[in-house]
Amino acid sequence: MADALPILLWLVPLLPFAAAGILAFLPDAAGRRAAPLAIGAIAASCVCAFLVFGTTLGGGHEAVAHRAFNFPWFTFGEVPLQLGLLLDPLGAAMAAMVTFVSAWIFVYSIGYMETDRRFGRFFGFLSLFAGAMLLLVLSNSLLLLFIAWELVGLASYLLIGFYFDKPAAAAAAQKAFITTRIGDLAFLLGMLWLYSDAGTLLFYDNGAGLLESDALASLAGITTGGGLAVSAAASLLLLVGAMGKSGQVPLHVWLPDAMEGPTPVSALIHAATMVAAGVFLVARMHPLFSVGAAPDEVAPALAATAWVGAATALFAAIVAVGQNDIKRILAYSTISQLGFMMVALGTGGMGAGMFHLIAHAFFKALLFLSAGSVIHGCRGEQDIRRMGGLVKEMPWTFLTYATGMMALAGFPFVFSGFWSKEAVLHSAEQWPGGHGPFLLAVAAALLTAFYMTRQALLVFFGRARKPGVLHPHESPASMLTPMFVLAAGTILLVVVGTPAWPWLESYLAGHPASLDFGALIRPESLKLIALSLALVTTGVGLGWKVFQREDSDSTLPDPIEHRTPGLWKALGAALYFDAFNNAVVIRLCALCGALAAALERFFFLPLLALGESLGAAFARITGEADHRALNRGFNGVCDALRSGASATSRRQSGRPQTYLRAIGIGMAALVFLYLWISW
Amino acid sequence: MSPLPFLLTLSSVLFAIGLFAVLSRRNAILILVGIELMLNAGNLNFIAFWRFSPHPDPVAAPVFVLFSIAVAAAEAAVGLAIILLLFRHTRTSRINQLNSLRG
Amino acid sequence: MLILFLLLFPLLGAALLGAWRGANPRVAGWMSVLWSAVPILALKAAALGYDPGVPLAQWHLAWMPMAGMDLRFEADGLSLVFLMLTAFVTPFALAVAARVGNGGRAFGALALILQAMLFGVFTARHFIPWFLCWELTLIPAWLLIRLWGGPGAPKAGARFFIVTLAGSIAMLIGFLAIQLVAGTMDFDALADMAKDGQLAEAFSESPGGSMALLWVAAGIFLGLAVKVPLVPLHAWLPGAYAEAPSPVTMLLTGLLSKMGVYGFLRIMLPVFPDFLHDRAPWLGGLALVTIVYGALAALAATDLKRILAYSSVNHLGYCMLALFTAAVPGAGESAISAAISGAVLQAFNHGVIASTLFAGVAFLEARSGGLRNLNDFGGIRSRTPVLCGLMGIALFASLGLPGLAGFPGEFLIFLGVFGIRPVFAAIAALGLLFTAVFVVRLVKQVFNGPLTPAHAAIRDLDNGERAILAPAVLVIIAIGVLPQIVLHWSNPWTVWITDFLQLIP
Repeated sequence: MADALPILLWLVPLLPFAAAGILAFLPDAAGRRAAPLAIGAIAASCVCAFLVFGTTLGGGHEAVAHRAFNFPWFTFGEVPLQLGLLLDPLGAAMAAMVTFVSAWIFVYSIGYMETDRRFGRFFGFLSLFAGAMLLLVLSNSLLLLFIAWELVGLASYLLIGFYFDKPAAAAAAQKAFITTRIGDLAFLLGMLWLYSDAGTLLFYDNGAGLLESDALASLAGITTGGGLAVSAAASLLLLVGAMGKSGQVPLHVWLPDAMEGPTPVSALIHAATMVAAGVFLVARMHPLFSVGAAPDEVAPALAATAWVGAATALFAAIVAVGQNDIKRILAYSTISQLGFMMVALGTGGMGAGMFHLIAHAFFKALLFLSAGSVIHGCRGEQDIRRMGGLVKEMPWTFLTYATGMMALAGFPFVFSGFWSKEAVLHSAEQWPGGHGPFLLAVAAALLTAFYMTRQALLVFFGRARKPGVLHPHESPASMLTPMFVLAAGTILLVVVGTPAWPWLESYLAGHPASLDFGALIRPESLKLIALSLALVTTGVGLGWKVFQREDSDSTLPDPIEHRTPGLWKALGAALYFDAFNNAVVIRLCALCGALAAALERFFFLPLLALGESLGAAFARITGEADHRALNRGFNGVCDALRSGASATSRRQSGRPQTYLRAIGIGMAALVFLYLWISW
Repeated sequence: MSPLPFLLTLSSVLFAIGLFAVLSRRNAILILVGIELMLNAGNLNFIAFWRFSPHPDPVAAPVFVLFSIAVAAAEAAVGLAIILLLFRHTRTSRINQLNSLRG
Repeated sequence: MLILFLLLFPLLGAALLGAWRGANPRVAGWMSVLWSAVPILALKAAALGYDPGVPLAQWHLAWMPMAGMDLRFEADGLSLVFLMLTAFVTPFALAVAARVGNGGRAFGALALILQAMLFGVFTARHFIPWFLCWELTLIPAWLLIRLWGGPGAPKAGARFFIVTLAGSIAMLIGFLAIQLVAGTMDFDALADMAKDGQLAEAFSESPGGSMALLWVAAGIFLGLAVKVPLVPLHAWLPGAYAEAPSPVTMLLTGLLSKMGVYGFLRIMLPVFPDFLHDRAPWLGGLALVTIVYGALAALAATDLKRILAYSSVNHLGYCMLALFTAAVPGAGESAISAAISGAVLQAFNHGVIASTLFAGVAFLEARSGGLRNLNDFGGIRSRTPVLCGLMGIALFASLGLPGLAGFPGEFLIFLGVFGIRPVFAAIAALGLLFTAVFVVRLVKQVFNGPLTPAHAAIRDLDNGERAILAPAVLVIIAIGVLPQIVLHWSNPWTVWITDFLQLIP
């Protein structure tokens, strides 16, 4: 088993990658064969993931808790750069969750995508995504994590833009890629910073890794210009990366638009797994985020995480109230829930955050699959104002949807969402850094129950409001089965997460869990449970009162719209983030481009032209100088010589005697001169 | 009294006559005669200086003079030949009519 | 022997093509592809027995010893990287040319001459043969632009010729001064002199004084920077790249721009480290301007070839940034190694990626009847999935997606630059962002969206075209996964230059 372990670990991400590689070469026509291949690969990967997950269950000491399998990637100069896979509770739990949820979403896709021409391509992209995500959660190197992170981004880009001939989908894909890219660059800089001060990017490396005490201590010991320790500054950069991926305000703008992708993609990527990558990153780097602060102090990076999460949770919950697209509501609820996870991580509740992450992965995937089933059944309709009364036509879908909705809204006791949210609130309440995040989270939880009630009412209850269409129909078994499985998972997760037996939290922390029903009735637990109950009841009751309707007019304004149209408009526009981006950020970007183009056109090209014309002018000057001075001078000398010659030649009579006479005279003159001098 | 001044005077007179003939005559043959006269005036000078010098070399001057005479004879032959050809070509031996070297 | 083979074999091919009258242009074109691909085998064979300690190959002829003219060629690991690139890109470009109908006897012969001269540039170790080859690349390149280019080609070609020639003259004057003062033009000898300060000493005793060395270094810098190019010396480039036929653009961007990078690595760093040392902040700033400006200009351009041309400016800006930062005084060993390795890797990768992209554009142009504006296309992905897939791989490689060739190089550059000047890395990251924006925008405008009616019948790549693009795409993926393939060659030189730079006070 010891030798097989690294192979099994490698198989987890490589199987889906291999499936993606094979599918890339498959022509569209052979698409039907793609599904068995992709599902086989992810199922095998799931088995491997559970096997390696099983080996981490022993709990206990550190050496078993972090088993690293490092290997050199390349050498620059004489410096080797290492990558590695890591087997620890956090990664193993994530891998098990990702493979499990993915496998069922793959199954669901068979039914959902059955009529699509690019069926095979879709499964190829899904496999690529799953492989990258698994590599991400299992990597033992910040660099390998970054590599997988980018590949996940690519898969997301491809899948959001899967219907690439729809302009909205193409635009949404572009927006997602670029927005997350901003976060990625911060991630990159944080990573570089860690490398330049710690000299390694491995998490665990027999004491020399980034997340082990030596490196952490030295990173916390170096202070940067702003008075922050390097560990804190790099953590903040990593946090920005996580914000991009996990849709935290203000980098959340891509996530609602990402709903342009096919619904299984929304379920898999933009609800259950990929967006959790940011949260996972913070969880993975938790030792770095928290280092350097005394026990009663708050590490700055964690404080930032908590505040960002809390702000996001509340903001997205507010916006979700004013949306009409069934998937958009779920998208904003995802953003809000990711905020909850961030709050939990920021306030120190690693176990709470991961519990909420895993629980959320199940119930949000479930909700999206149910929503997909609704859309499928209503033949592509996504506007909840034109649905209504579906409980009669789609009873099974309603059942699963209700499970997910109640988990999300935090219905008590039997839904994992209740316990995980309770854990988050507990962690936020205990936080020494202040009550702000706690209060924001409470408000967000209330709103969650409120808007989910609205959605459930409008979709499933009341009368059908869609005029003149065929009756909606229930979805096929291939779609319903995954929904039931996920619904069961949503409920079963309760077992491992209640305060009575906080197995997951203990497992992640690496010590054995103990069963203690007394924990349920301790005063502080009771207080929070009561608070949660009150929140849910208020939210649902309020929602019921406001949104309950029996009409069948889809054009009737929403009750909130009816009372405060201004607020409704702002909510519908998602508090104008997109408008701001379009008006300012994109224009700024275009302006920079235009500036560069103008520089090119009005500065560099003229500069070149100036250089050229200077050269030409110089050439002309030298040409003129040649012409005027040299040529004329030469010609002048020649002319003078010629006229002189003709003048002298006129003296030539051609008669020898004339010459002789001249010679004679000259001779006589010379003799005379000689005589004169010698005297 | 040495006869040298007398000889030199003679050669000067000879030279002057020759020069006069060359410069004043128009007939090419007569000019040639004038040139011969000047040449011989030179030869006479040569021999005179040799004969009345303090330490006369026995061979040098007579050899030079003999050469000179031989060359003069050759010249005369060539000159006459040229003049003949010229005459045949231009039907005249009057030198002032031959001005094709005029510049 | 390898050197002579590299220099003479392509020339022989060019001569044979020239002598082969009445050849069918298609046959001649494909023959030139095969001929220019043979050096890959020779280099591969040589690389198999590559021992980092000894030169790969050398050849020496004392040509005019009295005038200090020495034909000395030597190939080491650094040369091998660039030789391989040359050996790979030339047949690639010729194949594209043969495919889109540019190829033929004259085209093949000129490209082969260019290949031989590039081999010379990348192996010469003495200024005279190096400069001869350097200048002789210009003539075939100019002819290729002039004879097969678009309507603006005469002007763009003349610009290309004149501007780079002006740079070369600055370089020539600089080296003549060095010959007069230092008595040698041998690169290695000069590097040795630079190392123990003899070069500076010789110049300070010369009539020109120390300032003369500065001018000499600046002249050589100028000659190399024009070729790369660095902003503000880049203005000749977009026109030349856009007006040249796409296969020639492949040669220009894949190989000719690499001559500049190679020159910086082989001459500027070892011979004038002080010059780079003293001006490191300014030069780094210049490289940053090149990076950001190139990306922004690409963002504003709409002609596909101009976009890619500016993206070349941007990508080579990273090489330059790494080089200039590595010369910052007091830089750490691993940071220098990372920066230099990154620059070499980036140069190689950019050669492959950019030529692949221009090959894709060539095939696109062949289908659209010469149209290549962003707004001329739209949604052609549904008709040409394979073209879009292969182009997409190259495009994402150029924005630095991990798993593809662009990433390891850029990562190493950032690793090195951050370790020496963190602010530079932060600003350069802006360039990465803008690169992502223009790449994704290109994909969206050309491939995604509704299909434009004008291209409703556009054909996908046929098997021949796939076979031409496949090796390049394979190389892109292979280097992305295993960058050691290239770094293995350059590492010994990297170690040497790292030690060298650290010894400079």
